[in-house]
Amino acid sequence: MKARVTVTLKTGVLDPQGKAIAHALGSLGIDGVDDVRQGKYIEVELAETDPVRAKATLERMCKELLANPVIENYRYELEGA
Amino acid sequence: MKAGVVVFPGSNCDRDAAVTLQAVTGHPAQMIWHGDSDMPDCDLIVVPGGFSYGDYLRSGAMAAHSPICRAIVEKAKRGVPVLGICNGFQVLTETGLLPGALMRNASLRYICKDVTIRPERTDTIFTSGYEPGKAIRVPIAHKDGNYYADSATLDRLEGEGRVAFRYCDEDGHVTETANPNGSQRNIAGLYSESGRILGMMPHPERLADEMLGGDDGRALFQSLLKSLH
Repeated sequence: MKARVTVTLKTGVLDPQGKAIAHALGSLGIDGVDDVRQGKYIEVELAETDPVRAKATLERMCKELLANPVIENYRYELEGA
Repeated sequence: MKAGVVVFPGSNCDRDAAVTLQAVTGHPAQMIWHGDSDMPDCDLIVVPGGFSYGDYLRSGAMAAHSPICRAIVEKAKRGVPVLGICNGFQVLTETGLLPGALMRNASLRYICKDVTIRPERTDTIFTSGYEPGKAIRVPIAHKDGNYYADSATLDRLEGEGRVAFRYCDEDGHVTETANPNGSQRNIAGLYSESGRILGMMPHPERLADEMLGGDDGRALFQSLLKSLH
C-alpha cells in the first residue's frame, strides 16, 4: 500500500525558505499571502497490506529518519486505509 | 595520538583533516570507510566536512545511519573523543550525540569565507591551546550552518558551559553582524555533556599552516595532542 508522508517545520522554527517564497509571490503580484511554510512530501510504497502494521512501520521510519524531531513534525496517510 | 578520519561518499575535507593531523601529531591518520562496521582503536575520531551522501533528505541524516556511525556512537559513549567539523557537526546532531539541528543559513546562501570565532572555554581537551576571549580566524564553507535548538535547550547548554565557539568580531565581541548564518546565540560549536565530543561548523583543519594564509586552527589539534598524547 502507498503511504504519503508530510514533514513540516515545527511552529516557532524559523523558515527562511518559506519567507523567500512568500516574498517571491508578492513580487509576482499575488497578494494576500500572510505566511508560507515549506515542508517535504514523501511517497512510500509498502509491501505491508495490514494498515495497523503499516502505521507502526511508518511511525518508526518517520521518527528514525524521515523527520528530525528536533525541528520537524510529521504526519502520514495510507491510501485506501 | 592515533587519529581516525571517517570517509563518507561525498566527504571532501577528510584529506585536509588527515594532512593537519599528520603535521601536528607526526603520525598518519587512519582513514575509515563509511561501510565498515568496526571502528579501529584510536584516540580521536574525526568526522570531516563535505556533503556526505549528497546531503540527501537533510545534511548528515544518511551518514548518521551508516554502519560506521553506529560504531562511532558506541565509541563516543565509552568516552573516545570525537571531533565533528561542518558536515561532521551535522552528522553528530543527527545521531543525537549533540543536541539541536543545523538548518539552512538565514541568507539561504552557501557561504565560503573566513570568519572570527571565540572559544568560550579554554579548559577543554580541544581548546587548551587558545587564549580565553581571544578571537581566532577560521574559514566556514556551508549552506546549512544555522544552529537551532529550543530556548530551554539553549539555556541548559549555556548553563552547562557547553557552547564551544561563538561567531564574534575581530575583537572577540559577539555581535549580530558577526553572525554569518543566523545561528541562535551566535553558536558556532558545541560540546557534549562529557566535553569529549565537539561539533563545529568552522574548519580549523583548513587554516592550520602559515603557508595557507593562517594557522589559528592548528592550536585545536595541538590541544588534542597535549591531552591525548
